[in-house]
Amino acid sequence: MKNYKTIPAAELRETAYELYGDGQNGLMSMFANDERQLNGYYAIYCLFSVGKSMQVIKAVLKEKAKLEFPSITPKISGAAWYEREIYDMFGLKPVGHPDLRPLALHENWPQGIFPLRKDFNSKTPVPTAKKEFPMAGVEGEGVFTVPVGPIHAGIIEPGHFRFSQAGEDIIRLDAKLFFLHRGIEKAIEGAPIERAFYQVERISGICTVAHSLSYCHAIENIAVVTVPPRAQYLRALVGEMERLYNHVGDIGNLCAGMGFAVGIMAGARLKEDIMRVNEALTGHRFLRGMVVPGGVRLDINDQLSAEITEMLDKLMPDFKEMIELFIGNDAFLNRVETTGIVPRQAALDLGVVGVGARASGVDVDIRRDFPYGCYSSLKFDVPVYTSGDVAARLWVRVDEVAQTVNLIRQILAKMPQGPLKTAIPAIKPYSSGFGWCESPQGNNIHWLMVGENNTVYRLYARAAAYPNWPALTVAAPGNIIPDFPLINKSYELSYACVDR
Amino acid sequence: MLKVWKKVIATGNVTEPWEKSVPPERSRGEVVVQNVPCKGCTLCVNVCPTNAIKLIEGSPVINQKACVFCGLCVDSCQDGCLKQTSNYKLATLGGSLADNTGSELKNKIRRVLGRSLHIRHLDIGSCNGCDFEMNHVCNPVYDIQQYGIDFVASPRHADLLMVTGPVTRNSTQALMMTYEATPTPKLVMALGACACSGDQIFGESYAIRGAVDSFVPVDIYVPGCPPRPQAIIHGLMLALDRM
Ligand code: SF4
Ligand code: SF4
Repeated sequence: MKNYKTIPAAELRETAYELYGDGQNGLMSMFANDERQLNGYYAIYCLFSVGKSMQVIKAVLKEKAKLEFPSITPKISGAAWYEREIYDMFGLKPVGHPDLRPLALHENWPQGIFPLRKDFNSKTPVPTAKKEFPMAGVEGEGVFTVPVGPIHAGIIEPGHFRFSQAGEDIIRLDAKLFFLHRGIEKAIEGAPIERAFYQVERISGICTVAHSLSYCHAIENIAVVTVPPRAQYLRALVGEMERLYNHVGDIGNLCAGMGFAVGIMAGARLKEDIMRVNEALTGHRFLRGMVVPGGVRLDINDQLSAEITEMLDKLMPDFKEMIELFIGNDAFLNRVETTGIVPRQAALDLGVVGVGARASGVDVDIRRDFPYGCYSSLKFDVPVYTSGDVAARLWVRVDEVAQTVNLIRQILAKMPQGPLKTAIPAIKPYSSGFGWCESPQGNNIHWLMVGENNTVYRLYARAAAYPNWPALTVAAPGNIIPDFPLINKSYELSYACVDR
Repeated sequence: MLKVWKKVIATGNVTEPWEKSVPPERSRGEVVVQNVPCKGCTLCVNVCPTNAIKLIEGSPVINQKACVFCGLCVDSCQDGCLKQTSNYKLATLGGSLADNTGSELKNKIRRVLGRSLHIRHLDIGSCNGCDFEMNHVCNPVYDIQQYGIDFVASPRHADLLMVTGPVTRNSTQALMMTYEATPTPKLVMALGACACSGDQIFGESYAIRGAVDSFVPVDIYVPGCPPRPQAIIHGLMLALDRM
């Protein structure tokens, strides 16, 4: 995985298109790095999944050359956001990109300052600009726009949506995110990797374990250390607990999209039971404080193991009854079936991952496809549905709950004895590599370059929600606004993960 | 429909009084400084990921607003100067509520809002951990409505703004506009270590502008990362003088 195919930036399009084929080999991630201090260039990395392997193109732009590269978005739609972000953060222009509006930096950010360049100092005060932020819409007779957010009616993260409406029907949706942009990737530059971990663990609350794992995997891959088997199992345990509480809560929450209070409350109650076990297990309801670079911080004993099993034994029949509230309920099914369809091709083009992908007939799961930790010794199925609608995303989650419960039981049964942690040795400066894991929302990929004395030189954190957000703009058109909350909740994408 | 009724009846009442539930053994809450001589080795200071701990006059002092209860300082101290407890009742009052002499505003607020309180949520930079806990206080187990407290859809209907996250550049305008739109008398709660302390959690960043109280007056601080649902309820009860 450390073999990068290095090419001049001018050849990026050709090389990427070749690797992409006609879409058989998806783009998994794309980001830039300022390596001028090391070798005099900026680098753009593109990660593709090619059959059973991952391949990386590294396109380099000499410091003195024109800071632009041929955009790959025209053929690879999934690259659209990645390229916009590279332009925002580094000022490297993707020539031929169809929509070069800023992404992470809003209208308050002045022109010509690129925060992820190494010569930008975080302490420099940046004046507040007052630019326009154009939202994309549709014009025509009878067409009107409905602006929504960033502050929404419920308890939910901020984002701004612009619906172009023809009567009740949505004809176009444009989204402006990154209100939660905290600049974490820059803030941790120069920090020791083991300390920066605590910021990474806080990228998102509900993806705590996922971000921790990807980050630790990256460190461990670069340092070539193997985490002790018991730690691998404990990590898988908290990873699956994270999936479990998220899925159960999200299924309940979907009911909020249609005001079905009994469903909402059933989901919330079951989620609370799981979160209490999370706290008993790790001391933290969101499972913080278990995973650390090199292994885990806490062990479990028989009593905790029994507590988890007891919770699962109680959860499953209760969960089944909750699902029965929907399965036989025509009013419910009418709302979710054929609503918010994302066709398989669109999911492939955008590089959609996780539940969203599996509901649109794309059979991906990074736990199975690129196994990490103890997953190759665990048995599980990856549920796939093909209708691509809200219902399919609901049923994928329902099936995954059963799979996850099963996985937790296997993990507890097979838990090996042994130490909990391996020390992270001194890492050769400027080594880099990837770490990944399957979060409840899909694969989560980090890329880390370590600097001097085991510090962070550059971290790129690509959460599952990042490639999935654009799928909402495909799912919404053709539906009525009252169905949007349902469509949105069927994806249940974290904003904080994307904004970071 | 029958199934729905059956489920409702079978489930029964699951609500519990917030103070009754005991945190599990491993639950991480307030770190307290023990009455043990500190050797001034600064190991705890160096290990703290949020710079929440300082040695003042030769003994550790913890800024509760920035502490994320990770316990690293406790582990680092060879001499047992620090101890982690599961105490979550860490809310403190600020602004007019903090004034012990019983200012007019404080009395007015408590009189007007004491029985029924409407809250508007405002996320201006959080990791969503705090927001989800805020959501959870509405679940049937904590059922915040039993105290006459509820979340509303618009700041215009709200008595209290519950703010999560450090103030980011990109959401400063939303914070100010929402604050302006909330009728007086109004209260502001900074929920979570980020909202209480600003950039201490994520570190100095071009995208973070500071803590909530550097933009609007804050009346209640509820630290924690995130605070447990009970800690949120505790903060509300403290503010409303209903302890
Ligand atoms: S518990 Fe963690 S955050 Fe709090 S003072 Fe100790 S090291 Fe710092
Ligand atoms: S205080 Fe902790 S849980 Fe709350 S927003 Fe900040 S990092 Fe997230």
